[in-house]
Amino acid sequence: MLEMVKSHWALLATATLLLFLILIPFDWFLGQYTTLMIFIGISTIVTVGLCLLMGYTGQVSLGQAAFYGLGAYFSAVLSKTYSVDPWLAMLIAAAVTGSFAYVIGFPIFRLRGNYLAMATLGLGLIMWILFRQLSQITGGPDGMAGIPYLSVGGFVFDTSFKRYFLVWFFCLATLFISQNIVRSRSGRALRAIHGSEAAAESIGINATQFKVKIFVLSAVYASLAGSLLAHHLRFVSPQSFDFLASVKFVVMAVIGGLASIWGAIFGAGTTRILSDELLLGFGQWDVVIYGAILVVVMIFMPEGLFVKLKELLDRWRLRYTQRETEP
Amino acid sequence: MKKYLTWSVMLLMVVALVAVSANCSSTEEEVVTYKVGALFSTTGGASNLGVPEENTVKMVVDQINDAGGINGHPLEVIIYNDETNSEKCVTLATKLIEQDEVLAIIGPTTSGNSVAIIETITTAEIPLISCAANIGIIEPVGERYWIFKTPQTDKEAIGEIYAYLASINISDIAIISNTSGFGATGRAILLDDADDYGITVVDDQVFNEGDTSVQSQLTHIGGTDAEAVVCWDTDKGSAIVALDMQTLQMDIPLFCSHGIANQAFIDAAGATANGVIFPAGKLIIVDDIPASDPQKDVLTQYRDDYEVIYGNGTINTFGGHAWDALQMVVMALEDLDIEDPYESADSLADARAAIRDSIEQITGFVGISGIFDMSADNHLGMRAGSLAMIEIVDGKWTWHQ
Amino acid sequence: MSADQFLQYLISGLTMGSIYALVGLGFTIIYAVTRIINFAQGEFVMLGGMLSFTLAVSAGLPLAPAIILSVLIAAAIGAIMYLFAIRPARNASVVSLIIITIGVAIFIRGIAGELWGVDFVRPPYWAGSESIRFFGAYIHPQALWIIGTTLAVTVLLHLFLSYTMVGKALKACAINPRAAGLVGVNAKTMALIAFALAAAIGGIGGVVMAPLTLTSYNVGVMLGLKGFVAASIGGFKSPIAAVVGGITLGIIESLSVGLDWGPFTSAYKDVIALVVLLLILLLWSGRLTEEERAG
Repeated sequence: MLEMVKSHWALLATATLLLFLILIPFDWFLGQYTTLMIFIGISTIVTVGLCLLMGYTGQVSLGQAAFYGLGAYFSAVLSKTYSVDPWLAMLIAAAVTGSFAYVIGFPIFRLRGNYLAMATLGLGLIMWILFRQLSQITGGPDGMAGIPYLSVGGFVFDTSFKRYFLVWFFCLATLFISQNIVRSRSGRALRAIHGSEAAAESIGINATQFKVKIFVLSAVYASLAGSLLAHHLRFVSPQSFDFLASVKFVVMAVIGGLASIWGAIFGAGTTRILSDELLLGFGQWDVVIYGAILVVVMIFMPEGLFVKLKELLDRWRLRYTQRETEP
Repeated sequence: MKKYLTWSVMLLMVVALVAVSANCSSTEEEVVTYKVGALFSTTGGASNLGVPEENTVKMVVDQINDAGGINGHPLEVIIYNDETNSEKCVTLATKLIEQDEVLAIIGPTTSGNSVAIIETITTAEIPLISCAANIGIIEPVGERYWIFKTPQTDKEAIGEIYAYLASINISDIAIISNTSGFGATGRAILLDDADDYGITVVDDQVFNEGDTSVQSQLTHIGGTDAEAVVCWDTDKGSAIVALDMQTLQMDIPLFCSHGIANQAFIDAAGATANGVIFPAGKLIIVDDIPASDPQKDVLTQYRDDYEVIYGNGTINTFGGHAWDALQMVVMALEDLDIEDPYESADSLADARAAIRDSIEQITGFVGISGIFDMSADNHLGMRAGSLAMIEIVDGKWTWHQ
Repeated sequence: MSADQFLQYLISGLTMGSIYALVGLGFTIIYAVTRIINFAQGEFVMLGGMLSFTLAVSAGLPLAPAIILSVLIAAAIGAIMYLFAIRPARNASVVSLIIITIGVAIFIRGIAGELWGVDFVRPPYWAGSESIRFFGAYIHPQALWIIGTTLAVTVLLHLFLSYTMVGKALKACAINPRAAGLVGVNAKTMALIAFALAAAIGGIGGVVMAPLTLTSYNVGVMLGLKGFVAASIGGFKSPIAAVVGGITLGIIESLSVGLDWGPFTSAYKDVIALVVLLLILLLWSGRLTEEERAG
């Protein structure tokens, strides 16, 4: 019996984690954190895209909030003002955002480091200004309310409880898809590019094309997250998509680990818990801590906090098992 | 991979145990405390409005509890800071409703945040009395069954300015506004209502939050026939307009919004604040209003109580909005028949509905912002004449008649 | 648009443009010597203004010492930033350094927001508050100070870089760090000086601008961005070009309001800077990447 448990440990542990996740929104368990978990799930979707972008292309995007916002606003406007089916709206939003990222991706990825960062920063700010100014469409600086719920057949996602499962379904789905991409041929090409662009190009990999693809993927993820946000809050406002929002996503990616997929949950989780639970009402202190995190993590663990923690855990474990085997 | 799973599972087990045990514990209460929620922006862009609102609420709660509570029930107001952020406001509103199980909510401070929580409030069927200006918060009334508000609408404030301009025969004006929510709403009304008063808007300029100079916009205005400038923004932007108008030596009069009813405007604009005219609640010129005014006593009492605790010259019309909102909830609680609203989910829902009904029936309530007659078609119900035209003379507010 | 109006737009544009120029100078100095884009540059401007208010008004110091002290404190913070956030990063990638400077920027901004609150403050004017008539337009004495200070800083900087030992060492580092190292120039010391100098220049900008424009804890973001645009016009290499770039940007912004493209022009004033930025980045990217590859 014990043998069977040991050999199937990975499966059992995963099942337990999944069970834990499923039980969270119940009142007798951790129900008061349902809303927090929904936000963590939504943020994770954006973060995964950013982690992949930063980890595999070595570039940083300071404007992910632009895509996040595009997804949210497209979903909001299409489903409310034009009564388009919310699912279709979400699809259209993702398609438009992805195409937009594709079109601007090529010229942007010819830039290097600093310049790409500035370009994405500029893009993020332009989108934010547009969200505020095009008030006929977007509702202006105060945002727009009255966005319908998502529903499947007759089942409407009208409570936090139901939306929790919806959001985490999408979240886990994107994580699995991302893992598949990374393990596929494309993933190997990406890792080759990350290792050495020149070497990758010498064996026929078109680096720029791959980078743009990852950029588009990160944009689509962000758009999806934005749509989910719109149908959760039933309200969108430009405030959610300003420069600080983009910086927060970078903080999540940095904590989660560049190129790490499951670490994205960790990054999104810690950041959201900081801003929405621990430091709620403390004015600017959460921003101060983000700044400190960014500096400290990038100096001492540039591959990301989560990744570094895993490394330390490995090393500790190694030393522990070594001692065990010594007489 | 296995070992991380092991650690994760063990960690989560611990978390689970703690969580479940925390949820199973409960506290005993002998006399039921009436819990009311409040959402104020005490940090962030609207903190100048949110802080006096919070201060006012704390003061009133102490006054009520010192006098024995409401029908013997202690009053507790749970105040959360939404940091002038609409996402946080929605989250906090949900927290007040579901976790803290409050009977009613007052606030939020800003129009943006108020609009943000309309859905949450309506779905939860709990009464809300907002402290923000936008008329869209309570209209269309058919869709705002649970939502009330206490401040005058921007429409009324602009009406006062336009009526005044018409009375001194000014017909061509230039408007300059912030692209923020407050400014944009004001701009739309300024443009819409001008015709009704025989006024033509000859120039329409805007500036952004954080802009440090509006000289270019004012230069443009200077090239038109405008006889006056109407600026729609809160203190900072308006101060910059006043300062730059002085620099460009523009001698046409400047009218501002009720958003500058704040000492901060006078401090920032310095000498250029003199001569600025704006509509505001009577609170800031309380000593000048005649004893025959029904609001005089309430205003004086509030001013005296507030300044004893918080210092001279700190009163603020925005704190007054919170006072009105809380008093209305208290009045509704006084009429509440239900002994223990927290007995069951049904009794809580009934209590909330009862409070809502009581609020809607309030008439003749003399508040700080004005005199209120709530009804099913009007969830603001403010009688006309609640605003006074104020002129800043020698750095002080004086009643301009 | 009348001639008087045109002149007024020019003056307003020149005033704001001078501030952008000073911020741009700071970006250029740091980039030239260390190849780092310092996203926190705008925050030094903010600090200069806020500190001068605290020292001159809250602490009651006389104006001149308050101004000088504010600039020195800003310079010190710049040096601290280098020592604690940049130097430890050693061989970090470009992306890491970007993230680090952003981290420092929001850290400074957050602390400023807590220390000074969200209110705006206005330090006293340096001399006179009555605007002066200049042909058909008006110029505020503080604006004259702003323009004059920018000119003075530009000239002094040029002299410093060309005629002093330290200045020449900085220039050498900018042109070729390895060669400079061979003749005894310590790259780390030069970097420290560059950060302190850029912070000081930013601080000077903040100090001279705050009396005219009202300052608060978050003015650094947009100023930093516009200063970056100014510096990028100069290719991040030439201080003179950064100054010209900043002033040009200020004037274009100002004139855009006067050109009457409809009511949305003044709202989109900030967009102009962003669009210019993107155009520069995209059009010059070819040339830039070549240099990056060579360097």
